[in-house]
Amino acid sequence: MTDKYTQFVSRAPGRDIARKLGLPQPVVLRRHKPGQPLITEPVLVQGTGTGADELAATLLAWDLDVRRHAVPKEKLGAIILVLDELARPEDLARPVLTAATSLRDLAPNARVITVSRAASDSADPAAAAARQGVDGLVRSLAKELRAGATANGILLAGGAGTTSPSTLGALRFFLSGRSAFVDGQFLTVSSAEGQLPADAEKPLAGKVAVVTGAARGIGAAIARTLRRDGATVVVVDIPAAGDHLAAVANEVHGTALQLDITREDAGERIIEHAVERHGRLDIVIHNAGITRDKLLANMDQSRWDSVIAVNIAAQLRINEALLASEHFRNSPRIVSVASTSGIAGNRGQTNYAASKGGVMGMVRATAPLLGVHGGSINAVAPGFIETEMTAKIPFATREIARRLNSLQQGGKPGDVAEAIVFLASDAAGGVSGEVLRVCGQNLVGA
Amino acid sequence: MSVNGQSAPGPKEPTRAATPPAAKGTGTPAAGSGTDLAAGAAAGPAASQLPQVRRAVIVGGNRIPFARTGGAYTKSSNQDMLTAALDGLIARFGLQDERIGEVAAGAVLKHSRDFNLTREAVLGSALSAETPAYDLQQACATGLETVLGLANKIKLGQIDSAIAGGVDSASDAPIAVSEGLREVLLDLNRAKTLPQRLQVLSRLRPKDLTPDAPNTGEPRTGLSMGEHQALTTAQWKITREAQDELAFNSHRNLAAAYDAGFFDDLLTPYRGLTRDSNLRADTSLEKLATLKPVFGKSLGSAATMTAGNSTPLTDGASTVLLASEEWADAHDLPKLATVVDGEAAAVDFVHGKDGLLMAPAFAVPRLLARNGLSLEDIDFFEIHEAFAGTVLSTLAAWEDEEFGRTRLGLDGAFGSIDRTRLNVHGSSLAAGHPFAATGGRIVASLAKMLHAKDRVDGRPARGLISICAAGGQGVVAILEAH
Repeated sequence: MTDKYTQFVSRAPGRDIARKLGLPQPVVLRRHKPGQPLITEPVLVQGTGTGADELAATLLAWDLDVRRHAVPKEKLGAIILVLDELARPEDLARPVLTAATSLRDLAPNARVITVSRAASDSADPAAAAARQGVDGLVRSLAKELRAGATANGILLAGGAGTTSPSTLGALRFFLSGRSAFVDGQFLTVSSAEGQLPADAEKPLAGKVAVVTGAARGIGAAIARTLRRDGATVVVVDIPAAGDHLAAVANEVHGTALQLDITREDAGERIIEHAVERHGRLDIVIHNAGITRDKLLANMDQSRWDSVIAVNIAAQLRINEALLASEHFRNSPRIVSVASTSGIAGNRGQTNYAASKGGVMGMVRATAPLLGVHGGSINAVAPGFIETEMTAKIPFATREIARRLNSLQQGGKPGDVAEAIVFLASDAAGGVSGEVLRVCGQNLVGA
Repeated sequence: MSVNGQSAPGPKEPTRAATPPAAKGTGTPAAGSGTDLAAGAAAGPAASQLPQVRRAVIVGGNRIPFARTGGAYTKSSNQDMLTAALDGLIARFGLQDERIGEVAAGAVLKHSRDFNLTREAVLGSALSAETPAYDLQQACATGLETVLGLANKIKLGQIDSAIAGGVDSASDAPIAVSEGLREVLLDLNRAKTLPQRLQVLSRLRPKDLTPDAPNTGEPRTGLSMGEHQALTTAQWKITREAQDELAFNSHRNLAAAYDAGFFDDLLTPYRGLTRDSNLRADTSLEKLATLKPVFGKSLGSAATMTAGNSTPLTDGASTVLLASEEWADAHDLPKLATVVDGEAAAVDFVHGKDGLLMAPAFAVPRLLARNGLSLEDIDFFEIHEAFAGTVLSTLAAWEDEEFGRTRLGLDGAFGSIDRTRLNVHGSSLAAGHPFAATGGRIVASLAKMLHAKDRVDGRPARGLISICAAGGQGVVAILEAH
């Protein structure tokens, strides 16, 4: 549900009032619906190298309306800025300033996507400077764009090129409504691993996915999105949440596993359930998490311990079981839910932020272990998401938290789910050890 | 009403001891009636002529926590609770849109509008709307009888899958208009002219306006179940201490089972309740000893039955998923236990020959004899705790030489059981007893216990269920680990 203010300012007279008063003007974001085209308006591919040419050819094959040069006054659905051959900071000027002339022609909910090389991959100071410059450029541009338009970047590292499977997978994700609440972010494609789906509507067909904390909120949305994309879903939550869990299981035609993930044998129980009931296990989504907020000065042992136990220790223990299991060897995927609190910090959440920071460290270190089996592990860090939990925040605080991002609204549980389910797909197989923020480019700690 | 109904030999007194059964079958007709064990055993050889039957397995179960009446489920109807229990089962085993062979369930306290209670619950659940269903009612044995009836259909190949269940709400109990008002209303409907209508209405008296609430009294004796049991308890000289100890063990065992996560895959929370609300994990023998007797007060010092060692009125629902082995395999579902055999019995409590709730004392010996088993062959006893006195009276009868000889037609006492095998994860005294839902609770829990135990001395672990019921009836069953 879009919040009432966003509804109010999305049409007259609310739109005019907000404009005159200089109030935030959030728009209703374009979100993916099954059967919807990737993008309807023309896509401008800017860049002169072979990488840009190859990419443009691929997009043409997707039946997109591709432009290599802007047509004045024509509304654009996206600008793809291919910057993979940057050698010096001066190289930025021409492609960037050319793209700038088209910015006013962007349609609502348009996309600007850069494709460039990771600065960390270059030992040459000038090249590293140029590459790192893209980072600042995209993050600033994202703050300039209006009307639901976003700017994100794809970084090529290792053996990845402009048309590697996961580069294209990431491009599709950023172009589509699936990335509605992802803004000002980069996704690093570090290998030529991965595979685009045979059926773009069912990228997870034949996969068996487990999602923890699935009884409500973001977890339930993840379960629904996994199901929508073709996966068979096992939903897990603590026994006390079993009634909500059963409702989700029945909705997604999956099975419910009532299990406390902090149990010693939780990993084994999850593997056993998935394999015995559904024959295999391909995807595990670590979504279960709790908050026990308190200023550190007032923190007690049980608040600290319970948050660490559920949010990170349980994930580590389950991952150990997964890594040891012969049933989790066929392009296995793990996606963990982190939090922007773990990146930027949040007053009263030292325990929570420590656990979520832990998730990101765990993801980075686990990536090579899963890579051995052609697998991947990533994290998604949600910002302000409209859930039952955030609905309890006092009105004024909530209103500020919700508007303090480039899209001037809160995200939906489904926005987080889209990012997670994308990272759980084979199209993202070349992305591993990464953290993707779904926060609308939160102004705090961005 | 006599208290010594057990001691007087009845007209059907067997004249010889039971011979060991010749065949172990699942469908041997229980010839004879009442308490005649010898006749049932004599029919054993006929088993060889029965058609081949296949096995009926218990896949698993689901129930909602049981709530004391007037508690969490006060506003929940039988249909609400049965639907919730079904939906939890469907979620656990991935049965969404599945066309199940047949669903059977029932309620003891039932509104007349709920004539199709089970079918309506199915329609409200995530199952395929093409799943047939029927209602069944055999008082407190309803739940177990649905399991036995559906298991038999599976064994005979009539269906491949089934859900058995039961539900009861004493909170949302039906209240009927009085007989006088009902007759007037029906006649009024038939009256055609205004004078006729006025004439019918003139028959109405103020007392007719008093509603007719349900009660647990036996229609033929006017005594409540508790009063009946108080007589039986006194007759078998069951002490207050023994009853309190049984109640204490029930609470302690059930609480331990919850703490160990035993119910994690047997139960789905409902309306904020995650455990049975009657469970008192912190109860003690001392606390139980302080309670005043509530039944059999006319017995004076022999009154031993308190609110602590009797089950309270309870709301709740339970379901059990049954299947053929093939169906379970095809659906990648577990096979916890098989339904081996069942037996029903009834006693003549009206004339005081036996206590109201003593039918299982006759059903179990008949069932075990037919299957060539004795009490020592049972690894888990699930004897429904309607009252602590019921369980203890039944055990006392089995241990009684006189009862064994004169009522069971044996050479001596039927036998005693190893108490460490009795209701090891608690029973109705702690969990509560929503009449028709108790059978499903016990079957699912026992199936899980048997699956965990797996084998004993090279044979499948074996469990016995015994449930007494109003009307002097009892239904018992044997389950084995698959």
